[in-house]
Amino acid sequence: MSVWFTSLAVLLLITLAGALIRVWRGPAPADRMMAAQLAGTGGVAVILLLAAATKNWLMLDVALVLALLAAFAAVGFVKAASRNGVGDPEADEEAAP
Amino acid sequence: MITDALTIVLTGTGLIFFVAGTVGLLRFPDTHSRLHALTKADNLGLGLVIAGLMVQVPSPLDAGKLVLVWALAILAAGTTAQLVARSALKKGQSAPDDEGMQ
Amino acid sequence: MIDSLFDLVLCALIIFVAFAAVSGRDLFTAIVFFIVYGLMVAIAWLRLEAIDVALAEAAIGAGLTGVLLLGAYGRFKNIDAARMGSWVPLPVLIVIALAATGLSAAVGVVLIALDPNGLGLIPAVNANIAQSGVFNPVTAVLLNFRAYDTLLESIVLVVALVGVWTLADNSAWGQRVGKTQSVRANGVLQSFGRTLPPIGLMIGIYFVWAGSSQPGGAFQGGTILAAVGLLSAMAGLFPPPRVNDARLRLSVIAGPILFLAVAIAGTAWGGMFVLPADLAYGLILAIEIVLALSIAITLMLLVLGPPEMTETPQ
Repeated sequence: MSVWFTSLAVLLLITLAGALIRVWRGPAPADRMMAAQLAGTGGVAVILLLAAATKNWLMLDVALVLALLAAFAAVGFVKAASRNGVGDPEADEEAAP
Repeated sequence: MITDALTIVLTGTGLIFFVAGTVGLLRFPDTHSRLHALTKADNLGLGLVIAGLMVQVPSPLDAGKLVLVWALAILAAGTTAQLVARSALKKGQSAPDDEGMQ
Repeated sequence: MIDSLFDLVLCALIIFVAFAAVSGRDLFTAIVFFIVYGLMVAIAWLRLEAIDVALAEAAIGAGLTGVLLLGAYGRFKNIDAARMGSWVPLPVLIVIALAATGLSAAVGVVLIALDPNGLGLIPAVNANIAQSGVFNPVTAVLLNFRAYDTLLESIVLVVALVGVWTLADNSAWGQRVGKTQSVRANGVLQSFGRTLPPIGLMIGIYFVWAGSSQPGGAFQGGTILAAVGLLSAMAGLFPPPRVNDARLRLSVIAGPILFLAVAIAGTAWGGMFVLPADLAYGLILAIEIVLALSIAITLMLLVLGPPEMTETPQ
């Protein structure tokens, strides 16, 4: 089973490389940000598979941290992308429809 | 082992969804289609990998952690997709790929 | 065999992402690649079985630093990009490149010089862990055997905060830290800011508590608590504290002060930082808890930045 988990993890890493191509090409900042989010979810899956392959289940804690903070960068992104750097895309829509 | 067979089927299917999400991310024509492609696929991919591992973990605490990871990933993906999509829409940034990949 | 393939693919990805982050395509792309870099390095630490380090890298590298850099980008984007691009003159760039190459070569030489079969300090730690008061060897090193390193790190954070606060405008002094966040009431962002913190609090406290026997500790738990507080602040759920609030300042220095007090009290048992074996567990746990709170608040204040509220304070 360990070989299966590690093989899957290798294939997932290669899939991640595909997402990184989108981070590189863009063109919109939203493309880059969401591709990084896909890489984040894939990275969580890679860590889970590593934990299963080595039977070191404490590694799940790292996946837990990444999953918890995954949305955090995206919130930072929408803040930075808003007009004054501290806004909310929904509030901006109301202010200037 | 029946549990191992189940794990192989579930985690293998999970990988297919990850690949599908990445292909969509690379091939779809504009920003919002690409968001759509990947937010569906990666959640299902991660969910299947987690379902496959649920039968392998030794303790209920570890199973709970796995469930929490998935719950957080779904919550994060739904929220970020909504916010990032709005942010891109507002700026008129639903851009086609300008480097000729379609 | 398959393990080596995994390591090779991971190393190739790390090198590509590192190159992409510094190759200067544009500021925003560099930041996104830096976030991905933190993720990849966290996976690499796991492959090296250093779960404590992987936890710290995931929380700080892939989590908090990303938000810090994106916040900086939000401030930078109104500045003329062309002027920023030509800011570093060529001779300086050459000196930087030479210094970076020299440093990399030095690290390489040191790594090659290491005995590949050596155990380093592992036997010494294992021989003494019974007296350390904790079961996680990393925590034993960080809070007992080499506690002065950790104490100095926690003081560095406070100094960094003082540095950030010196950037405040005179007229803004005494106001709330950061900028006024504008958020749509009960919108997606605000709802998210209400949903995540309870889960984040639980996970953050779990890491502080777990640090004595398994990977975790004040820095990892504190970073998660900082992220939770920041998310609530960014979602407009509570007004950030005033920069001259005495309770705020006390909570920033409480961790380092308790740490320092315990270190000085050690002189009664034989020297600075000496912890008696029977009291060590309680003392380390107390330091970890107070330090985690101080780290959480300090990191949060670092990311929010100096006071620069645009509205008049209430």
